Amino acid sequence: MSDKKDLYRDNGQTGSVLDEMALDNKNLQNIGVEILPVHTGGKVHAKRMPGKFRSFKWITASFWIALFVFPYLRWDGHQALLFDLGNRQFHIFGLTILPQDIWMLAMVLLFFALLLAASTAVAGRLWCGYFCFHTVWTDVFTWIEEKFEGQPNKRTKLDSSKMSLEKLKIKLPKFALWAFIAFMTSFSFVAYFTDAFDLWARLFSLEWSSTETTVILVLAAATFFFAGILREQTCIGFCPYARIQGAMIDTQTVVPTYDVDRGEPRGRMKRVKPGEEAPDLGDCIDCNLCVAVCPTGVDIRHGQQFGCITCGLCIDACDSVMDKIKKPRGLIRYASLAEFAGQKLPPLFKRPRVIVYTAIMSFAAIVMVYGLLTMSPIDLKALHERSPLFVQMSDGSIQNKWTIKVVNKSNEVMLAKISVEGPEGLTFIADKEITVPPGNVGATTLLVKIPKKNLVETNTPITILVNDVNNPTIKATYTTSFISPKKR
Amino acid sequence: MAHHNPWPDEGNTGHIWDEDIRELDNPPPLWWMLSFYAGFIMIVFYTLYYPTIPLTDEMGEYTQGMAGWTAVEEYNEDYKILRDWRVAKFADKEEKLASMTVADIMKDPELKSYAVATSKVLFGDYCAGCHAAGGAGNPGFPVLADDDWLWGGKVNQIEATLINGRIGNMPAKGMMGNLSDQEIEDVTDYVVALSEGKGGDAAVAAGKAVFAKGMCLACHGPAGKPLAPAGAANLTDQVWRFSSDRDAIKKVITYGVNVKKNGEYIEGTRNAIMPAFNERLPNADVNIKRLAVYVHSLGGGQ
Repeated sequence: MSDKKDLYRDNGQTGSVLDEMALDNKNLQNIGVEILPVHTGGKVHAKRMPGKFRSFKWITASFWIALFVFPYLRWDGHQALLFDLGNRQFHIFGLTILPQDIWMLAMVLLFFALLLAASTAVAGRLWCGYFCFHTVWTDVFTWIEEKFEGQPNKRTKLDSSKMSLEKLKIKLPKFALWAFIAFMTSFSFVAYFTDAFDLWARLFSLEWSSTETTVILVLAAATFFFAGILREQTCIGFCPYARIQGAMIDTQTVVPTYDVDRGEPRGRMKRVKPGEEAPDLGDCIDCNLCVAVCPTGVDIRHGQQFGCITCGLCIDACDSVMDKIKKPRGLIRYASLAEFAGQKLPPLFKRPRVIVYTAIMSFAAIVMVYGLLTMSPIDLKALHERSPLFVQMSDGSIQNKWTIKVVNKSNEVMLAKISVEGPEGLTFIADKEITVPPGNVGATTLLVKIPKKNLVETNTPITILVNDVNNPTIKATYTTSFISPKKR
Repeated sequence: MAHHNPWPDEGNTGHIWDEDIRELDNPPPLWWMLSFYAGFIMIVFYTLYYPTIPLTDEMGEYTQGMAGWTAVEEYNEDYKILRDWRVAKFADKEEKLASMTVADIMKDPELKSYAVATSKVLFGDYCAGCHAAGGAGNPGFPVLADDDWLWGGKVNQIEATLINGRIGNMPAKGMMGNLSDQEIEDVTDYVVALSEGKGGDAAVAAGKAVFAKGMCLACHGPAGKPLAPAGAANLTDQVWRFSSDRDAIKKVITYGVNVKKNGEYIEGTRNAIMPAFNERLPNADVNIKRLAVYVHSLGGGQ
């Protein structure tokens, strides 16, 4: 068997570093099979301690208070932010956006997708660590857990203890508070799609629609489950953005990093007995505090890894220890691999990825602003009849037919009047004025005749104009082709 | 596959290739495996319950499955619900269409647009075969979207055409069938000139004389324009019933339209027959009105 293989085997040399390795040494770790550096010792109960990043996290997390508050803001007598799917209108303060303008949403999404990419390229998973709703809700849920159950060691003990009345007495109020937050979360979410006060009123009279009830219950259950039960497993196992962002980091990205050169060899500080030589140790005293505070249970000293959401809590922990042992701070710090390799980081505007991302973001922003500024209260579409494309009329002219659709995006009734501009001799027949109620589409047929002698090409550009008789400032034009037969 | 396993403790399956490539055994969670096996059990259920086996017996009956369910039956049930809903929703409009005259329907914009909207499928099924979608016309079959009407373009005239059908009629070689070849050439030139607005030119004076002699003016009118729409073409406009080609015009004059001899069409004669749709259309009393309004709306109704 092995003889046959030798025929096509390139003397066993693949160019890999593994070529030189003895067969028996090729165990999983040595050959680079990823041993997942994730916490597998049961639920992660992270220690909480004060610090710079801890305070920063609370500040960024407070951004989400807006979710609960905004549905109650009013503007001109209606809800300031209301995504009214039933009436197909999106109210954003004074602005009303109809489905026809929804393309701008694509620009919004593009902008934020690229913002995510740009921020990740510069400073790692900023979104994951500080802003992500999952991180924030989990943070709040575990903070509540600590208030009820105490420090991590107590919580681990309580979890492993047998079910008892005492245990329930601690657990149930915690679950109740979690459930309340989960409910408020899903309720607030749904309140963006229907009037918030009305939703409360209908809650107490039990008049929610089945859609509202289902969405609120499912979302509340999901919030409770993900933030309360699943926690870091969501980031490690479920969330696609965790992996995508991992791929956006390069050697110039600053992320929380353990300074190996300074910290190793790690070891506990010992008092040197007389006559003994002091061991040559690095600054890491192997206290494991950085692991204890990590909300996803990773050991940052293994280097950047996919379990790390770059929240900086290990930096807080390590700095506090460094202060205690009177060593300089920053054994774990925001730094890039390039810095550790002794290279200077180029300024932001000289990094190609930052330039490209920012360019696309600016494009999206400009298009969005342009869209908002030129958003017209009227939308005009002219659909050319496909069969027949043109008709020879008895007087020698050619006739084309269009279906005209006028969308009224304003809040007033529109009286749309159609006129057509084109080559000499053009005549048209259309309904005198079409009445279009707000948020509606009015349709009519337009017949345009042009004498054959005035048509040079088979496609002649003509312009269809529509203006609102009720409000002369509202008008729209549509340029289209008048089609005629080839001249013989 | 090697028999030697240097890594007995790492959880490999013992399947090792090329000395060091091996398969690890990381089983999926129990709940996942249970639902996987549950899937197999469901297959048995589905096979028995639904018509799964694509075989027919001697009677041509397919295997029905225990439920006796079929997709067509379900579709028919759903379609019936939809149809009943439509019938109920538009009952008043259908009633109006049945009771009102086409001229009155035209005066009610809402009813008119209802008639147009509900005609598209009907027109596609019964009319478009000859007149093409949108009344665009086909060679030999008139365009309905233009403003040239042999039998009248008012909506009630269109309705009459639909009800009774129309049979075109034009004698060969003039009313008496006695025009000579030269006379046919002359009158062809005259007819072409008429359409170009040059009927009074001296060059076609001979043809003009033939037009009178051959009694063409009896149907086409003294000036080439019929006095009333009765099937004869208006020769002064730029729309041609069959073709604007001179040879084709000459052919029509020579062989006529629907000319029969001994009960058979003569060779070369044009056929122009519109069948009566009163018997052909389902629910004809309403549908003919509907279609008349639709045809009128195509772009040339008068």
